[in-house]
Amino acid sequence: MPKNKRPMPSEPEQAAGNGLLDRRLFLTGGAAAIGSAALPDDVPAAEALPVESWMKTPGSPFVPYGQPSRYASKVARIFASAPGTTGTGASRTPHHLLDGTITPNGLHFERHHSGIPEINPEAHRLLIHGLVKRPLVYTLDALMRYPMESRIAFIECAGNSAQLYQKEPAPLGLQSLHGLLSCAEWTGVRLAALLEDAGVDPRAQWILAEGADASGMSRSVPLAKAMGDALVAIYQNGEPVRPSNGYPMRLLLPGYEGNANVKWLRRIKLTEGPTMTKDETSKYTILQNDGKSLQFCFAQEAKSVITRPSPGLTMGAPGLYEIAGLAWSGYGKIAKVEVSADGGASWALAALQEPVLPMAVTRFRSPWRWDGGAATLQSRATDDSGYVQPSRSRLIADRGARTNYHFNGIASWGVAQGGEVKHVYA
Amino acid sequence: MSMRKALLAACSALVVGCGAAPAESPNLGKAVSPEEIASWDISIGPDGAGLPSGSGTPQQGEQVYLAKCLACHGEKGSGKPNDQLVGGQGSLGPGQAPVKTVGSFWPYATTLFDYVRRAMPLNESKSLRDDEVYAVVAYILQLNGVIGENDTIDAQTLPAVRMPNRDGFVRFSRGK
Repeated sequence: MPKNKRPMPSEPEQAAGNGLLDRRLFLTGGAAAIGSAALPDDVPAAEALPVESWMKTPGSPFVPYGQPSRYASKVARIFASAPGTTGTGASRTPHHLLDGTITPNGLHFERHHSGIPEINPEAHRLLIHGLVKRPLVYTLDALMRYPMESRIAFIECAGNSAQLYQKEPAPLGLQSLHGLLSCAEWTGVRLAALLEDAGVDPRAQWILAEGADASGMSRSVPLAKAMGDALVAIYQNGEPVRPSNGYPMRLLLPGYEGNANVKWLRRIKLTEGPTMTKDETSKYTILQNDGKSLQFCFAQEAKSVITRPSPGLTMGAPGLYEIAGLAWSGYGKIAKVEVSADGGASWALAALQEPVLPMAVTRFRSPWRWDGGAATLQSRATDDSGYVQPSRSRLIADRGARTNYHFNGIASWGVAQGGEVKHVYA
Repeated sequence: MSMRKALLAACSALVVGCGAAPAESPNLGKAVSPEEIASWDISIGPDGAGLPSGSGTPQQGEQVYLAKCLACHGEKGSGKPNDQLVGGQGSLGPGQAPVKTVGSFWPYATTLFDYVRRAMPLNESKSLRDDEVYAVVAYILQLNGVIGENDTIDAQTLPAVRMPNRDGFVRFSRGK
């Protein structure tokens, strides 16, 4: 039977323990049906509605580039720099204060290895050389003449959620724990088109991508990815890529760990093997319990997190809530997300909001009737390859906890009686 | 559409489909010579490809280190406030607290030259002469016991250095 023909239940349908309701509750008019069934007797009276000053006088004039309301000033990144530096470190996206799937450009997470260079686009060049028939150099103006493509893609730092490897749950908010993830629409030139211009030597199996920042951030990437869905991105959510995200151009490798998406892209060198740069040897590798380190862990595994409620927010009065969150996989599309309110004892299917795109974040939603008592909220993503996001303990049993990278285990938010929300292990 | 045009369209569709001819391109890249590339072509392969001429010894490197590196990496590479460069060998095994340094963790000595030359010192990267880079690389390798006090590091000797954790890496494959 098609699901939209399904008869509506007269009572909210319990989908899992501790108040989780059927995911279709908000989607099919069920809320109205349930609302009438559950109308409380004691609706408090509102006060008389005032006519505020902004309703009576003209507002402010135009500005060339719009800014958020000054009342939304808390919707901001948090950041920290390495000792003795000002721009070497990371800033984090405030997902607890955002909704939808696209991260605004001013809130996209950042990771810089030597600050944000101020690049004059007229002086910027992209060099393609190494194992090619003819080395070529491009100006930004030249690239602007090429056919463009757009991809909605998440970028996640491999170090996102690293605190969850720690023995005790870090007493931090969602922004600190999961803020090294963002999602944007990136538009640019297919890297393959430029490599074809240069003529790929059959011996080439890898590329080295290098940035024009003072650290010359560089990573090796398999040629197959470079010839596949890789973009030289020039636009971010429709406007020129922000300096903090690589202006005037960055490499976009959909699904790959953030570090490989080299910003301020100035050079692509085709090589037979990987160059073994500092970041792909000493940093972005996973030291396992046996002492061996996994190298070239490019794609981010399927992962999800509940953004609301989450640590950093507080519950209001008991009643009907929407649990909202994000799910993503560097290997494809999100197939399903399950939500638990009892620490994983039972699970309810969450609704996935369209569009559900490969290598992009998917918004999920799940109705929850909070009774005011203790609850442990979790979400679990499955991608279209069938991979299921592991529990934290499963991930650590398999891989150990001797790394800061690629933590994709399930996060747990403990809701205390009274409504405080904390990061817990469950 | 005339028969001839239809045939042409069918043919070109076939060609694109087979990948027999490259897609049309504006072809707006400009040719560059190796000389024009030289100042940008700074990456060093694990086989030493790209290493410049010049050389340095641990003794020479100590002078560079004291002047340029000490403030961030501590006495003799002991770390703090930034990364520890020396020590930790033998700490990666099961049940131990891993101390990841150049000596204990980095698989290739060539990476050290590449990184120091492109990115260090943080506040004035690309300021060291190639001889200074070789020297400070030699000093860090010697502090880690990877080379001797009287060894000279250059384009021939650096790629021949075998790092203690050279075999410590496994190529990731999904499902592991």
